[in-house]
Amino acid sequence: MQNAPVPRFFRRTAVALSIGIASLAGAFPSFAWEPTKNVEFIVPAGTGGGADQMARLVQSIIAKHNLMKQSMIVVNKGGGAGAEGFLELKGAKGDPHKIVITLSNLFTTPLATGVPFNWKDLTPVRMLALDQFVLWVHKDNPAKTAREYIEAVKKAGPGKMKMGGTGSKQEDQIITVALEKRSGAKFTYIPYKGGGEVATQLVGKHIDSTVNNPIEAVAQWRAGNLKPLCVFDNERMPYKGKVAGDYSWNDIPTCKEAGVDTDYVMLRGIFMAGGVTPDQVKYYVDLMEKVRQTPEWKKFMEDGAFNQTAISGKEYADWVAKAETLHLGLMKDAGFLAPGKK
Amino acid sequence: MQEIQSLMGGFAVAMTWFNLALMFAGVTLGVLIGVLPGLGGANGVAILLPLTFSMSQQPGGTTSAIILLSCIYWGALFGGAITSILFNIPGEPWSVATTFDGYPLAQKGRAGAALTAAFTSSFVGALVAVILITFISPIIARFALKFGPPEFFSVYLLTFSAFVGMAKGTPFKTIAAMMSGFALAAVGIDTVTGQLRLTFDIIELLKGFDFLIAVIGLFGIGEILLTIEEGLEFKGAQAKLNMKVVLETWKELPKYWKTSIRSSAVGCLMGIVPGGATPASFMAYGLAKKVSKDGEHFGTGKVEGVVAPETAAHAAGTAALLPMLTLGVPGSPTAAVLLGGLLIWGLQPGPLLFVEKADFVWGLIASMYLGNIVGLIVVLTCVPLFASILRIPFAIIAPVILVICAIGAYTVHGSMFDVWLMVGFGILGYVFKKLDYPMAPLVLALVLGDRAEDSFRQSMLGSQGSLSAFFANPLVGTITGAALLLLFWPLISKLVSIARGRSAA
Repeated sequence: MQNAPVPRFFRRTAVALSIGIASLAGAFPSFAWEPTKNVEFIVPAGTGGGADQMARLVQSIIAKHNLMKQSMIVVNKGGGAGAEGFLELKGAKGDPHKIVITLSNLFTTPLATGVPFNWKDLTPVRMLALDQFVLWVHKDNPAKTAREYIEAVKKAGPGKMKMGGTGSKQEDQIITVALEKRSGAKFTYIPYKGGGEVATQLVGKHIDSTVNNPIEAVAQWRAGNLKPLCVFDNERMPYKGKVAGDYSWNDIPTCKEAGVDTDYVMLRGIFMAGGVTPDQVKYYVDLMEKVRQTPEWKKFMEDGAFNQTAISGKEYADWVAKAETLHLGLMKDAGFLAPGKK
Repeated sequence: MQEIQSLMGGFAVAMTWFNLALMFAGVTLGVLIGVLPGLGGANGVAILLPLTFSMSQQPGGTTSAIILLSCIYWGALFGGAITSILFNIPGEPWSVATTFDGYPLAQKGRAGAALTAAFTSSFVGALVAVILITFISPIIARFALKFGPPEFFSVYLLTFSAFVGMAKGTPFKTIAAMMSGFALAAVGIDTVTGQLRLTFDIIELLKGFDFLIAVIGLFGIGEILLTIEEGLEFKGAQAKLNMKVVLETWKELPKYWKTSIRSSAVGCLMGIVPGGATPASFMAYGLAKKVSKDGEHFGTGKVEGVVAPETAAHAAGTAALLPMLTLGVPGSPTAAVLLGGLLIWGLQPGPLLFVEKADFVWGLIASMYLGNIVGLIVVLTCVPLFASILRIPFAIIAPVILVICAIGAYTVHGSMFDVWLMVGFGILGYVFKKLDYPMAPLVLALVLGDRAEDSFRQSMLGSQGSLSAFFANPLVGTITGAALLLLFWPLISKLVSIARGRSAA
């Protein structure tokens, strides 16, 4: 049996297959290092949120454009406000097959809960984008500008107006506190579980304002239910395409222009475990660069009005360090630090 | 009748051979996912999401993509009932209430009837919800906007109230079980303060106690331990194994039309609000038990006790897609993943979706009709097959169930700790049964405790600590009033009968 001639058809197929495999392999440039097994893409948040969407988009783009020989698998580890995911990566020292996408909880969770991890336990790979925050009110709100709204909040008295946001002692509440500090207004902050829920609560007038990300509230803006007052960034958003009626993202003034000088952006970046080699880091830096060049990514950026700053290397690490100091300051002022954190 | 026209357009979009094939594939896959405890609809849809990405870039492809994913969802809704009835192991959270009467029915040898009742009522629930979505979705969407924190809390209170007094035995045991559920639900991060609670610096406790793991342990492992003690075999092996049982059960089902209507209403309400399919199924079961003539016999194997939770769960599961499409707020975990899918495909859920992407929306709605019909056909033809699983000797099936349970518990978070947790819950389940403590209140409190607490504290923040928030407008006042009435009904009816007795004397 061993020497039985291989039928002609199978031989041909085998040849064709091996050529196919060879040319497929040729399509990938050689790297100093590349994954040898599936890469786990950790999302330190639940399914359906902003970080999860971005991670799954990256996964889809990589699969569609064949950017990686191995598969990428998205896993949600959102327990303890993301601590679960970050702790797993912290414990996976030297493992190059795990990456994590961040939210601001990279800074806020250890500060607010005292769970022992810090971005320095991880290796910064690159920033993908920065997520914006916009001050939203109901369309029936008489305020036309951010300044008018803040004046109205002051006039109503401390704690009379309700600001809704995602989570507690996280980005939305930090922005609220920063806004209060700059303006002297005082809100009652009501935490909810997700951004879509917050936007809907505003449409239903159960709260008076939100600091939703653009993507969380854009549908209600376009439907004429909500109006944006200002964006919490140094510059206006660059997108000039008409989004809601005659308005584009670019028409929303910065909060500084609008007379309430507050700014905050949220990091959407990639980290690896500690103790990985520079070649391994470079692989993911290049991979993410390729993802950023795809039309799908560009469309997603525009739909969500992201700030497309994307840096890597030392520049990125410096940015992260600065962001950490900023969060520490903001959270200290707000009294959000866990006992024992200074 | 513009809707009918749009719907016909939708059928034209959905009724291609390719889409029909996707429906069959999706539903079958969904049933499998639903059967396996732990691997819920949300996971299944999330795993397949990247596959649909290239699909969505073809013309008309987004409709095909959502048809595939939503059919997995329908399949999971159908499939969750199967193991609940056969083995007392709920495959999905919303089928916990199905075990109460479904499993006793199977033990009596009526597994086929229970499965048929479950599948058929699922279908009915879904149909009612889809019809609602088709014709009055704008009104429903506006109604959902009325729900702020106090309204949500009153709905949860109503669910708990509908449930209290349901279990046999002393109310103190019910309360003890419910309180343990609340305590377990409190573990992990607290939404309102952002602080960790009851985690004792143990990393594994950060994510809290997942309801799925508790259910797999309490019901699945607990049941197997009990069966081992009682004699190593499943009762009810003599289930009839032909399609006649389907027709016979269908003859019985119209009797329960009141329960069907009530449960559909509860389900649609909970799906739209969005409270979710799990509370809907519990609430519908609780209400049916209180209202039905046969109420006292619930839990001993009544078909009506299967009809109520299944109708509500499927109605809620279907209706949950409406707030996702019109408001961008997912009504269930699976809807949350679908929502992410829409965004990745470049669609924007929200009030304008119906206007801007009418093809997509009506294609999806048409696929809800078709997908559920496909689902019903798939699962009903398999009833004898499912029922015949019970003929497999216990010595073979028990290890298989144990392994599936363990895999299920592991899949929830990809954590080995959860498998041990499942074993722990299994022992707890065994002890509960031996001591005659009811498990359902524990499970209910574990599912809803967190959300009820959040909405209560959000309300208190909003009202500056005044309980009047729960009576602030007619809507919330009515729901709270109904909840309190249900809660104290046994006392009230006792008082009434005493008063009557007196006047007679």
